[in-house]
Amino acid sequence: MTDIKKLQKVASQIRRDVVRMVYAAKSGHPGGPLGCAELFSALYFKVLKHNPKNFSLDGIGEDLFFLSNGHLSAGWYSALARSGYFDLTELSTFRKIDSRLQGHPATEEGLPGVRVASGSLGQGLSVACGAALAKKLNGDNHLVYCLMGDGEQQEGQIWESAMFAAGRKIDNLIGIIDYNGQQIDGAVDDVMPLGDLKAKWEAFGWNVIEMNGNDMQEVLDTLEQAKLLCGKEQPVLILMHTEMGQGVDFMMGTHEWHGKPPNDEQFEQAMSQLEETLGDY
Amino acid sequence: MKEYTYTEKKDTRSGFGAGLMELGAKNTNVVGLCADLTGSLVMTEFKKTYPDRFFQVGIAEANMMGIAAGLTIGGKIPFTGTFANFSTGRVYDQIRQSIAYSEKNVKICASHAGITLGEDGATHQMLEDIGMMRMLPNMTVIVPCDHNQTRAATIAIADHEGPVYLRFGRPKVPNFTNPDEPFEIGKAITLQEGSDVSIFACGHMVWQALEAAKELFGQGVLAEVINVHTIKPLDKKSILQSVRKTGCAVTAEEHQVNGGLGDTIAHLLATDKPLPMEMVAVQDRFGESGKPDELMEKYGLTASNIVEKCLKVMRRK
Repeated sequence: MTDIKKLQKVASQIRRDVVRMVYAAKSGHPGGPLGCAELFSALYFKVLKHNPKNFSLDGIGEDLFFLSNGHLSAGWYSALARSGYFDLTELSTFRKIDSRLQGHPATEEGLPGVRVASGSLGQGLSVACGAALAKKLNGDNHLVYCLMGDGEQQEGQIWESAMFAAGRKIDNLIGIIDYNGQQIDGAVDDVMPLGDLKAKWEAFGWNVIEMNGNDMQEVLDTLEQAKLLCGKEQPVLILMHTEMGQGVDFMMGTHEWHGKPPNDEQFEQAMSQLEETLGDY
Repeated sequence: MKEYTYTEKKDTRSGFGAGLMELGAKNTNVVGLCADLTGSLVMTEFKKTYPDRFFQVGIAEANMMGIAAGLTIGGKIPFTGTFANFSTGRVYDQIRQSIAYSEKNVKICASHAGITLGEDGATHQMLEDIGMMRMLPNMTVIVPCDHNQTRAATIAIADHEGPVYLRFGRPKVPNFTNPDEPFEIGKAITLQEGSDVSIFACGHMVWQALEAAKELFGQGVLAEVINVHTIKPLDKKSILQSVRKTGCAVTAEEHQVNGGLGDTIAHLLATDKPLPMEMVAVQDRFGESGKPDELMEKYGLTASNIVEKCLKVMRRK
């Protein structure tokens, strides 16, 4: 099987996991992670140099991934479990009492794969900057990735860290924006227009590239390109165009599914559209 | 009665600077971060000596807290430096999520705390920080009393795994503690033994408490003075032991009456040993411009205010 086919199968299974987890919890955010399934698959099954079986919080000698938009937790947990950080069956505990799979990612319960709590938006890129600086101090030439939301770009702290990373030439850092154009209250353009996001990041001093986040080949190629752009005294940003709710027709093209679970009928409908490729948890 | 003297007045912030320099030499994992107040925080020497381990982040405190959290991932021990105002209220959510909840080994070092910041006025006179920080799970809160103790505390917190809030100040105050005394987190220090009233103080108010005890001694009152330099975790044992002996307590702090040392000890006494208690603190109001001494006087934070509260609380026994 080619890499692409394999990674597409992982993405499909991540989507099924996301919908099943949110449905079982009767709460959560399905839209975002459905749109980012290709990215999670590509990172955790191909791009990241990491040690799922031997997780260390320090992550020395590994690539690091930070999820700044913590509400995409269901998709991230699925990728973590399926790449071996913890047992698949634990996905069934998502958002339930006594679980390590908190509604938003946290370290307190010791879930392997998570290195900092996120959920209150705008903070992940700052943390990623610090982790990237630590790598430089340690002479560790691995990379740091950070996924953010597009609505999250409305947070001021994002721009503090954008300024810092470029000003301090943090060139072992790849930021990724899930550019799906939707947020809780509606279309990003209606809630608070971001303007020319590419021009803004470029003006802050980042090397900006774009990709269709729902095209696996393009995701792989662009991540490869981003890695090549590292080490050139400039941080790298990927504007990742995605469709919120990708893969489930009635969840696409709307902000409605940002943060609500499907009912029984909608769940069956969603399941019928998402191929079970690796076996449900 | 023990005599406490000092040869010079020194600022607690320079104690932080001196401690940080010592840490820089002995622990290469110690890194410094500052948000455009390097001189005020006395971090200039560290910056010059260890340029690779010093990060100027500009006027962006929220980002600084996040960067500090990230630096711990990789084994660094970050010391952030800015004024108490910008170290707490401005960045409460960043500290809460990225540092306290995430159990990150960040040392939040806050200068110019309290009303003695002086002329800059209420915008910069942080009087709510002890309350905010002690409410956070996982957070250790330390308020040393003089230059020597701030230096020792700075060194000690590097060996403590977990987030710490270290609060110190701007003005030159009596430097009276033993420079060789190691700092033990969570262990209150009895400076004066007495049987009539317990005075629990932190920060700049510890010297005022010693002065108050001297004055009370002249009136035949034996006051016990305890330096509660660690607000959290609180040394409950020492505090309860003292009040069992004296039967009443006065707290003294350069902080709002709400949320600080006084509230912390009131909670302990209410749940463990209800006793008459009085608090010397800022009475739920903002500060104003003025000289530190004038402000301490106007806002009721002097030795004579402590004396007055001691006599009052003893009548309530």
